[in-house]
Amino acid sequence: MSKSSISRRRRAVISLLFSAAAFNAAAAEITLLNVSYDVSREFYKDFNAAFAESWKKGGGDKITINQSHGGSSRQARSVVDGLEADVITMNQANDIDILFEQGKMIPPDWAKRLPFNSSPTSSVSVILVRKGNPKNLRDWSDLGRAGISVIIPNPKTSGNGRYTYLAAWGAALQNGVSPAAAKALVTRIFANVPVLDGGGRAATTTFAQRNLGDALVTFESEVPLIEREFGGGYEVVYPTRTILAENPVSVVDKVVDKRGTRKAAEAYLNYLYTDAGQEIAARHHLRPRNAKALAQHAKDFPKVTTFTVDEVFGGWKKAQKEHFDDGGLYDQVIATAKTR
Amino acid sequence: MFLRRTLLRRHSVLPGFDLALGFALLYIGLIVLIPLSAAFLKTFTLSWPQFIAATTSPRVLASYRLTFGASFAAALLNAFFGLIIAWVLVRYRFPAKRVVDALVDLPFALPTAVAGIALTAIYAGNGWIGKWLPFKVSYSPLGVFVALVFIGLPFVVRTVQPVLEDVNRELEEAAATLGANRWQTFTKVVFPIVMPALLTGFALAFARALGEYGSVIFIAGNMPMISEITPLLIITKLEQYDYAGATAIAVVMLVSAFVLLLVINALQAWARKRQGGV
Amino acid sequence: MSAQSLPGAKPGLAAAAASEGVPSVPRRKSTDEPAWVRRLLIGSALAFLTLFLFVPLGTVFYEAFRKGAAVYLAAIVEPDALSAVKLTLLATVISVPLNLVFGIAAAWCIAKFDFHGKNLLLTLIDLPFSVSPVIAGLIYVLVFGLQGWLGPWLHEHDLKVIFAVPGIVLATVFVTFPFVARELIPLMQAQGIEQEEAARVLGAGGWQIFWRVTLPNVKWALLYGVILCNARAMGEFGAVSVVSGHVRGQTNTMPLHIEILYNEYQFAAAFAVASLLAGLALVTLVLKYVVEQRVKASMKVQHEH
Repeated sequence: MSKSSISRRRRAVISLLFSAAAFNAAAAEITLLNVSYDVSREFYKDFNAAFAESWKKGGGDKITINQSHGGSSRQARSVVDGLEADVITMNQANDIDILFEQGKMIPPDWAKRLPFNSSPTSSVSVILVRKGNPKNLRDWSDLGRAGISVIIPNPKTSGNGRYTYLAAWGAALQNGVSPAAAKALVTRIFANVPVLDGGGRAATTTFAQRNLGDALVTFESEVPLIEREFGGGYEVVYPTRTILAENPVSVVDKVVDKRGTRKAAEAYLNYLYTDAGQEIAARHHLRPRNAKALAQHAKDFPKVTTFTVDEVFGGWKKAQKEHFDDGGLYDQVIATAKTR
Repeated sequence: MFLRRTLLRRHSVLPGFDLALGFALLYIGLIVLIPLSAAFLKTFTLSWPQFIAATTSPRVLASYRLTFGASFAAALLNAFFGLIIAWVLVRYRFPAKRVVDALVDLPFALPTAVAGIALTAIYAGNGWIGKWLPFKVSYSPLGVFVALVFIGLPFVVRTVQPVLEDVNRELEEAAATLGANRWQTFTKVVFPIVMPALLTGFALAFARALGEYGSVIFIAGNMPMISEITPLLIITKLEQYDYAGATAIAVVMLVSAFVLLLVINALQAWARKRQGGV
Repeated sequence: MSAQSLPGAKPGLAAAAASEGVPSVPRRKSTDEPAWVRRLLIGSALAFLTLFLFVPLGTVFYEAFRKGAAVYLAAIVEPDALSAVKLTLLATVISVPLNLVFGIAAAWCIAKFDFHGKNLLLTLIDLPFSVSPVIAGLIYVLVFGLQGWLGPWLHEHDLKVIFAVPGIVLATVFVTFPFVARELIPLMQAQGIEQEEAARVLGAGGWQIFWRVTLPNVKWALLYGVILCNARAMGEFGAVSVVSGHVRGQTNTMPLHIEILYNEYQFAAAFAVASLLAGLALVTLVLKYVVEQRVKASMKVQHEH
């Protein structure tokens, strides 16, 4: 008798909690959840404010956009596990591909839905060195020299880290060396990495705050923030060739259809391609696709020879399988690197 | 009435057994057992060779070495200094003793993430203590060791203190009468009394250190094969959608924790019997 | 006992002084160490504690105020920080009472009855204590996540557990599970069942026995367990990190918010929020010390009966 009255009470409490959560979802104004990668925080702060303004001006209700940031793989995994993202904005395509492969939450041809392979912005991997460049680091091969230490985030958990790995590898291939030599170079580079932080931000803290490492490899878009927050003790080095990190975006169909937010979510992503959206991106040092914005911020984006993952590695799916899956080339590289 | 009839060893006039035990079992079942079984069930989807591969790959083995090794070493250091600290708190008087006594529990009450960033800042190359040291502490296995010493600190002290307080000083006086010096008295009279508690404290500190995540993750270098702790590997596998691999490693840790717990409980029972209890 | 018969004592001084009618020099007791040993032990204990305890504590407050009081206050009242505080409090306010009720129920049957499986129950209660927080979070993802057991059903009925407040509460409940029980059980075991049996003989019903006999005897240990449970609930990081969606302003507890600030290079702000939790830890310690004295007193009273 008493046992069932206790479980009745517990059920009442639990359903109260659930209905409170559900009630929040059903409130009058629209809320969107944008699940994004680690270093896009500042950009979306400005972008979301601008979009909300524009949405209201276009006759829409009040719209609130919530943000979630973290290492790109961790974020994608959360969405697969049930984090209700209306839109997902990543820095590599395979983190969005996962939504289809693991959860059937988007169609397989999601990338074709928006221009430029659904990537409104891009960035490039650059090398950040201490002022004066005392170790004279000019290119990827220099990072593999003996006695140098480089800070790179963990490629297993960070898109930033993966791009760095592929940038060094791809640049070597583009310069005409054999795959074996490219692997040897990347192994030398990772032998020089003293700590693998979980994400781009943690790596920057290690480099700039803890003063570890002669160089940090990160996205071009991160540099102004670093300079602002840590004072001017750094220089940017553009290697001869580097990888173009495209930032793909997508609505999460399964979620927007259930929540009825498709119209708002699609408008949100479309705003990324408008002049206003591209201008905000350029201000945050993300390379825009829009010619006008590019021209206006030309001095922020020096010309550099770039290649994409598609061009050199046959696409993210192939690259993930060959390099980053368990037992792949990255595992071999790091095993060799750490036994030196 | 059902539980009372089937489980009770000795008749009792006190009421409420079924209610209390029933609720306790329901609670444990829902919050602990069922979710934990999810981890085991997920692991069972792996074939035996797959399980072995997932839990004994070189990187995983390296993380066991680090996690178990650093935890063991940290617990050992805590055992040594914990005994000294307990001794000092029980036997001596010195200024601010009360404050020190209360602060010993700080690692217990302070959030692990806070401890993590504080320790990382202090022991980094440009930190207060780090800059005086010729070797690297932050971002190395040594950093992991430091963090684990921090969080295990109270366990030995708090387990040994009550026993030390209970030691009968007359025993020591008797030893002195018989001609023993202080060191002999300590090793032959006091230490045997305190040893079970010391062992228990050591085992507790060890168990706690094994699973620790929040304070270690900031200070460890997370370099595979060198400074990667096992809980981090679990998360890494999770993020690669290798749920089965993650749960396989989790199961290894759970079983170790369970075995450790049995050992601790057995030690405590042995200690109680030795003290003349039941 | 004359000075000569104690081998460790300083020879002859006191006896010599006494025999000459001079007030005696205090003699080291036979059960005391030489002064240099004492000082060495105290010194090394304090050195160890300073290195591993006091410096980290001081660092938190130093770094928090490094950029001045204005930055400190701004960090605390910032909207995301406030919602993190609210979420932390909410999770704590739900999980602590739940664990309190459980702790009492478990302690009642373990301490007052003898039954098959008692040791197993004790080990099960201690289990969450030694499970890694990461695993604690993982298992709830396995059960409530979209790819897990209950996921699809929850999704269909628009019930959010994981990556929402209920998931965070569950993870918090799991990691703080044993605290109250662990404090109550030894005390109640030591107190025995005589008083309760006497009450029963006098005709008291179950609830009466509990409220009027048992509870007053354990009230300090109960408070003690609640205080510890509270501190751990507020500070839990690993388990919550796995089940939170890291949605700013919504599913971030204080420890997670600290991590966010840290990742945005706002170190002073991160330490500012951390100092709130550190301050709470200190308050916890003070309360714990006070309560501990009362627990000792009540145990002494028990023994003297």
